[in-house]
Formats: sequence, C-alpha cells, structure tokens
Amino acid sequence: MPGKPNPRVGLFVTCLVDAIRPQIGFAAIQLLEEAGCTVEVPQAQTCCGQPAFNSGDDRDTVRLACQTIATFEGFDYVVLPSGSCAATMVHGYPELLAGDPEWAARARAMAAKTHEITSFLADVMGYAPSGRRLAASATYHDSCSGLRELGIAAQPRALLSHVEGLEMRGLPGNDVCCGFGGTFCVKYSDISNAIVTEKAEAVEGTGADLLLAGDLGCLMNMAGKLHRRGAKTRCFHTIEVLAGQADGPAIGEEG
Amino acid sequence: MHTATKAPFKDRAKAALADRTLKLAIDRTTGTAETKRAAAVANFPEFQAARDRGRAIKDHVIANLGHYLEMFEKNATASGAQVHWAVDDAEARAIVTRICLDAGAKIVTRSKSMLGEEIGLPHALADAGIERVETDLAEHIIQLAGEPPSHIIWPAMHRTREQVADLFREGHNPPPEAEDPATMVQSARRILREKFLGADVGISGANFLVADTGATCTVTNEGNAELTTTPPRVHIVTAGVEKIVPSTAHAFALLRLLVRSATGGEMTQYTTFHCGPKRAGDADGPEEMHIVLVDNGRTRMLADEFREMLRCIRCGACMNHCVVYRQIGGHAYGGTYPGPMGSVLTPVLDGLAASRDLPNACTMNGRCAEVCPVEIPIPTLLRAWRTRSWRERLEPGSLRGGLGLWAWAARRPAIYRLGSRIGVRVLRLFGKGGWISHMPLAGGWTGHRDLPRPPGRTFMEEYRARQKGTRK
Repeated sequence: MPGKPNPRVGLFVTCLVDAIRPQIGFAAIQLLEEAGCTVEVPQAQTCCGQPAFNSGDDRDTVRLACQTIATFEGFDYVVLPSGSCAATMVHGYPELLAGDPEWAARARAMAAKTHEITSFLADVMGYAPSGRRLAASATYHDSCSGLRELGIAAQPRALLSHVEGLEMRGLPGNDVCCGFGGTFCVKYSDISNAIVTEKAEAVEGTGADLLLAGDLGCLMNMAGKLHRRGAKTRCFHTIEVLAGQADGPAIGEEG
Repeated sequence: MHTATKAPFKDRAKAALADRTLKLAIDRTTGTAETKRAAAVANFPEFQAARDRGRAIKDHVIANLGHYLEMFEKNATASGAQVHWAVDDAEARAIVTRICLDAGAKIVTRSKSMLGEEIGLPHALADAGIERVETDLAEHIIQLAGEPPSHIIWPAMHRTREQVADLFREGHNPPPEAEDPATMVQSARRILREKFLGADVGISGANFLVADTGATCTVTNEGNAELTTTPPRVHIVTAGVEKIVPSTAHAFALLRLLVRSATGGEMTQYTTFHCGPKRAGDADGPEEMHIVLVDNGRTRMLADEFREMLRCIRCGACMNHCVVYRQIGGHAYGGTYPGPMGSVLTPVLDGLAASRDLPNACTMNGRCAEVCPVEIPIPTLLRAWRTRSWRERLEPGSLRGGLGLWAWAARRPAIYRLGSRIGVRVLRLFGKGGWISHMPLAGGWTGHRDLPRPPGRTFMEEYRARQKGTRK
C-alpha cells in the first residue's frame, strides 16, 4: 500500500480521547506530522456511533455514520487512535449503508481510506520513530476490534521496537478480551469485572512497568482495575510511548 | 424451552460467578479444549482450505435444503427406515413418545443429543412413564445430578471430578470401590451395560444425515451410540433438518473440522453410519428404525438474517473460547444451547423477549467467529438480535432514553462539544488526584474499578487554544 508523499489527514480523535485523555490526540498529531502528513482536526466530529451500533440502535448509527462521512470524506486519509472506532467506520458503515443508493458508495470510499493509527504509520506511511528512549519494561494487550477486524498485531510491536531501552514482555492471553466491550462493562458489570480481574492478574504477572494498548476504552478498563487492585503498573496508549510522552503522567496520574 | 420460572439472567450470572468450584471446572475443561484445538489446527496445514470447503458445503445444502431432504427421505425409506417430520418441539416429542409407547417400551436408552434436549425429550419420556437411561458418561453424570447439560460437547463440564465421585457414591449401587477416574468409569460401565441389553428402544441424535444413502451418522468417543442403537428392537433418530449433507464424502469433510474444533482430536473413536433397520442375514441391529426430522424454527431462519447460523456443526469451539462463557458456564445462559452459538439460537427457540440479555451479554470481541470451523459471523448475528430488540422496544427505557439523548447531541457538534466541556468538569468533581473511585449512577463502573479522572479541558478545547496560540 504505497502512501501519498504528503497526504492531508483528517484526525478523528474519538470521543473518549477528547474527554478523558487529550494527550493521545496530541501524540497522534505529532507522529502523523513526523511521518510527513498534514493533519487537520475537523471541528464537526463527535462520535463514530459505536455505542448506538452495538446497542442495536441502527437509526442513530446511520445518522452519525452519514455525518462522519460528510465530515471526513474530503481527506486523503482518515486516521483514528482506536481500532474499534476505526473498525466501525471500515466495516460497520459500509454494512449499515449497503442498501442506500447514495451513501453505500460514499461509505465504501471512506472505509478504503480509513486507518487505525499504528497500522497507518507502519503500513501506509512506512514510518518508524527515531531517537526515542525509554528505560522501562512494557507489555502489550491486543484490543479485539483492532486485532480481529483490522489485523493490527505486528504494526504496534514493530513501531515499539524502535524505542531504545524499552523491554517488551509477552502477556499471557494477550489476544483475550479485557471485558470492556463498550456498554457491556456497565450493563453486565459483574461479568466484566470477572474478566478484567483475570486480565489484571495476567498483566501483574508479567512484572512489566507499563501496560500498552491501542484503544482507550480497554485501557481505562484495565488501568482502572489495576489501580483498584493496588498494582503499580502504569498504563499508556501505544502512541503516547511512540511520541516520547511516557515520561509524563500515565492514565490516572495527574500531570 | 419448558424450563420452570427462571431467575433473571443477571442473577443467574451472579450466582455462577460466586461459585468458585464451577470456575475451577470450567477452567480445567475449556483450558484443555483451547490448547488441544490450537495444536490440532497447527498440525493441519489445510485447515483454512478445509474450513472454506466446510462452509461451502453447508451453504450449498442450506440453499438447497428441500432438495436434499427429499433425497434423504427417499433413500432412508428405501433402506427400510421410517421418516417422520416434526414442525416444532411439541410435535417431535409427540412422535417419539408415540413410537416408544407403540413399542411397549419400559426402558429407553439415549445417546447424547442436543436436539433431544432442544425438543424436551427427557421430560416427555418421564411424563410418559418411560425409564430414560442416558448412556454418554457425562450425560449419565448429569442425569444423576438432575441437571441439564452445561456444554454441547461436555454436558457435565461444570462438575469437578470430586463432585462426580460424590454423585457416583450416592447414585451407584453398589458404589464405586475407589474414586479414581478408572474405577468410577468401570462402575458406570457396569451399570450402563445392563441397561444397554435390557432397553426396548434406543434414541440417538445425528451428527449428519447423508442424503444420497439415507444413512444417519453418529460420532462418539465412548461407543455408547452403537450400544444404544444396535441391541434394542427399535432405534429412533431425532435430528435437526440442517444436519443434512449430500454424501458420505461431505460428511467426512465436515468431520475433519468438527472433531478438531471440538476436542482437538483428528477423528472420534467411533464414527458410525446407521443405514436402515436389520436386514435378512444381518447378525444384529434394530427391527425398526425411525428418523424424526425436526424443523423447530430452522426454516424460519432460512428466510431471515440468521440463516448463516444453520451452518453450525455443534463443535462447541465458540463457547470454549468465549470470555463470558468461561466466567459464567453454560447453565447461566438459561437455554438449551449456551455460549455464543446459544446466544444466537436461544432467541429463535425461546423468543427474544425472554432471552434479550443473551445477545447483549457479549463484548463483541470476535474470538468465537475466529475459531468457528464454518466461519459463522457470530458477532454480526448477535448484533442483528440487538437491532431487533431495539426496534421491538425490548431494551430498558433508561438505556433508550440515555442513548437517544447522547445521539441527539452527537448529531449537533457545537452542542456536543459544549456538553463534553461541561461533562468533564462535572466528572472532575467526583474524584481526587487522577482517579474517581465512587460516583452516583456509575456503580457499573466504579463498583469494580476506578475511573481515570479527566483533565480540566477536552482535547477540542486544548487543540483550539493551541491553534490560536500558533496563529498569533
């Protein structure tokens, strides 16, 4: 997939990053610019509609899908710091709009240029960070939507391998769901808790300083459980480490 | 199905989560199943090609179901078997019970069949005053315990070896001499052997119905299907209409997937094709063979968005790899079929109003579809149930209202941005430092984990501030 030399990228920061962890959005801008992109953040963006999509509210999902397509379809690429939001746009939108004569083609066209950020940096832009150092050990959780719907597994690991001094440790059950599941984690909180407890035990068992992942929802779930258990593991989005921000506050640490 | 009044799903799940012995039993079985399946797939380089073929066979049959069922009926009848058609579970129960009563049956042996569970056969036989003997070892265990299966391959997987020892001590006369597995199995064999030879009717399911021969196929690792179907005077097969395959070769193509996906073996110990009753000159076999073909919602699925579920070959891999099943086990689901495949099928069988929790109680992580040997897009099908549930207004009013308000705002970017700015400031009031540990109306989250406390400004605020700064 050869990238355009200096593409215009529309950054969809996602609603969780907007509210809970703006650093991830700024890390995305920094990395995309380092990779040679011109980054714009359309002010008309809100949410991709995933909460409605996964609740069966197709009417609202379609409305949000059309709004998002109209906002972003003019860019060369649309990039998101989230595998699950990207998967909603790449697979969910074309599926939902398949029967609509006008929007089906627009949904497919946008899906074709929408990417999760680590896969965009590695696969499309051929980017690798340079001059980053971090003396720490880290383990990585594969968030499910990115892994299974977009095939994101090698890219974040390849990018992280360029961070000098960072020792990556394998996470047993790295491809097993953390129990977040969007609204699942509050609708079925007892089941979600049992799942994330096992995940936290696995993370603690690695003894790694850092837990990294590519989706803020999963990270909030795991970080919140680790903190409740009194674990010292610090949690970051992968691109925060790639952007050299891991010397700053981790999720749940005040800056 | 005709289960008595059940506690709500969440209460059943909570009770299951509190049962640490259950968790131990689930972890032992699903953990082994996962490891063995992975090894079997790794040792079968053509796995993906076999999957493609399996999927194509099932899709072809589903698209031509009427054709193959008629072919099966013709060939099964020619072999001397009698074919019966049942529209639903009640009709299937009535047909089987009538055949048993006509045969003057006092004792009926049964080899494990989920379709039998689906149509409520155990209760129907009891109601007809017929002694039912489950001959699969795990079914024998749960019959002693008075429980339904908790897994479609290992019906007693919720019971630890230690619990089985207790059940055998009380239920076997005389009790096993020791409580090691070998001695306990010997004890079950001794008890079942008498029943095998004394049964009037044997009832089996079918893993495949072979259209071009009229044979039914059973696979087991214990040989109990052969002992159930051969000695009694009458053999009854109950099978869902989707079990049809064009030929024996197609059955074997699917068996390669079924066995590896279910147990991680390459082949079951016993794979038997039952073709008609005893013929002149045969040394053994039943005098009558009846095949009851059951629809029970399947042809309705042909016409709707759940059609792909008819591909299911009942291997159980989806539940072995499901994070929810592995926490709550099979009984908490409350239907005949548990786990991901059950969460698609139970609303078909029991109605969505009674089972709307099942398609919702899933994280949509996609591991079930990843391991499915016939590539059923289970998360997509679960989402289709969620869509129906939303449309039929079965989802709680609080969720509908909350999501509706959020979606209204999300379609108005300026209002949404303002709402986010206010939202993060309000959220901050509930925490100290970097975390929120308790918050009203957020117990679903903070009851179990801390919530990262948002910074004072949203990304959009901060971004616009920085943009203005650079422009100056």
